[in-house]
Amino acid sequence: MIRVVIPPHLRTLAHVNGELQLEVEGRVTLRAVLDALEARYPMLCGTIRDHVTQERRPFLRFFACEEDLSHQSPDAPLPAAVANGTEPLLIIGAIAGG
Amino acid sequence: MSRVRVLAGTRKGAFILEADGKRQNWSVSGPFFAGWEIYHMKGSPADPNRIFASQTSGWFGQVIQRSSDGGKTWETPGGGPEKSPEGWPKGESNKFVYDTSPETGAPLTTHQFYDGTQKPWVFKRVWHLEPSLNDPETVYAGIEDAAIFRSTDGAASWQELAGLRGHGTGPQWQPGAGGMCLHTIILDRSDPGRMYIAISAAGAFRTDDGGKNWKPINRGLRSQFLPDQDSEVGHCVHHVAMHPSRPGVLFMQKHWDVLRSDNAGDQWHDVSGNLPSDFGFVIDVHAHEPETIYVVPIKSDGEHYPPEGKLRVYRSRTGGNEWEALTNGLPQSNCYVNVLRDAMSIDSLEDCGVYFGTTGGQVYCSPNGGDTWSPIVRDLPPVLSVEVQTLA
Repeated sequence: MIRVVIPPHLRTLAHVNGELQLEVEGRVTLRAVLDALEARYPMLCGTIRDHVTQERRPFLRFFACEEDLSHQSPDAPLPAAVANGTEPLLIIGAIAGG
Repeated sequence: MSRVRVLAGTRKGAFILEADGKRQNWSVSGPFFAGWEIYHMKGSPADPNRIFASQTSGWFGQVIQRSSDGGKTWETPGGGPEKSPEGWPKGESNKFVYDTSPETGAPLTTHQFYDGTQKPWVFKRVWHLEPSLNDPETVYAGIEDAAIFRSTDGAASWQELAGLRGHGTGPQWQPGAGGMCLHTIILDRSDPGRMYIAISAAGAFRTDDGGKNWKPINRGLRSQFLPDQDSEVGHCVHHVAMHPSRPGVLFMQKHWDVLRSDNAGDQWHDVSGNLPSDFGFVIDVHAHEPETIYVVPIKSDGEHYPPEGKLRVYRSRTGGNEWEALTNGLPQSNCYVNVLRDAMSIDSLEDCGVYFGTTGGQVYCSPNGGDTWSPIVRDLPPVLSVEVQTLA
């Protein structure tokens, strides 16, 4: 089970509280986790990455295991601690605006 | 007794203000979608309980919300977490993809940027939602970068009416200060094929065939920021209004100038008359008097607040040129708010109500056509849009 933390506004949009848990089949990559997240919560489509280009929205970052994974390939494997559910993947909103 | 429901979109959420026909005692609900920018909300004329809302964020992009119970509860159309019989919903209610297909679309081309260079079209947000006059499942969206989209499934999915962007003048369109937005959509009850739209800064356009083909309707507009002031496109139209009983008569608040057309936009003429400033954003028409129009003059394009710090609505009962200041109940000193282009609305009660919202967070109501005003609320976040529904 993969653990994912999304920003508070997206929790409200998805009608969820706290950390999410997702089943991800096959290799655990950023793309696979986001695919699973959007399949389970379709209202999040387009809010984290662009519908068409699949590019990460610029004011969002992906952190895990004290690393910034935002600029790694979406098809690179996530850290083992994320893949085995020990650590969550954190989707973080940039500190900007008000 | 009739009631009114005012839909206020703000920088930090949506609010719904309701009152009976006297419009004296108001209930306020919200914020809905707290923390998000609500560019626009509008109810369906065919089903007043059906309301659409444009929810946007610099972080998370565009979300479309829909209510089927008059704003009590909301959903993202087609994006619920429950599995449907056909499989997972697609979550495409916020998917606005420009049509480049050879059959119906047009080359995406480029538009002019602030510095005069060409930039590709990129979807940013929905500025305006215009529900169909007779089908609660059909709604039009005006977006940035400027294009018009239509949904026929209650906003679950969207298709571009690509003939507008395919008109061929796109390379001359340019963004205004707020972005290159399509902010005005007017449907004509007397002619289902006719529609008007306006873009900052491209100008006004009309279709007579339901959105397949469009023509610019900017003759008579003059804009000092253009090298050719009489250009076919490139004008910064701020808002356009039409009375449903006079579909060929249009009123426009441009960047500067208040204008009027009596032939469906084919030719415009200035009706700014004695206004203290002909810069402004809103313009609207009285519900029962098609020659009575309202504007809120703003000092200038560099100073977006009322002249002399006096918040005044100006009313013309002659379709322009002759204007009177409406001040009773509005602050007449030290007022430096703005009234944005979609932040005025008119109800259709016998004593026509006029409403507008300010960037200072006030929503004002006049229950008597503008003679007297009072604030419904004073301390909302900056108001982006105001629409009113008149309910039986």
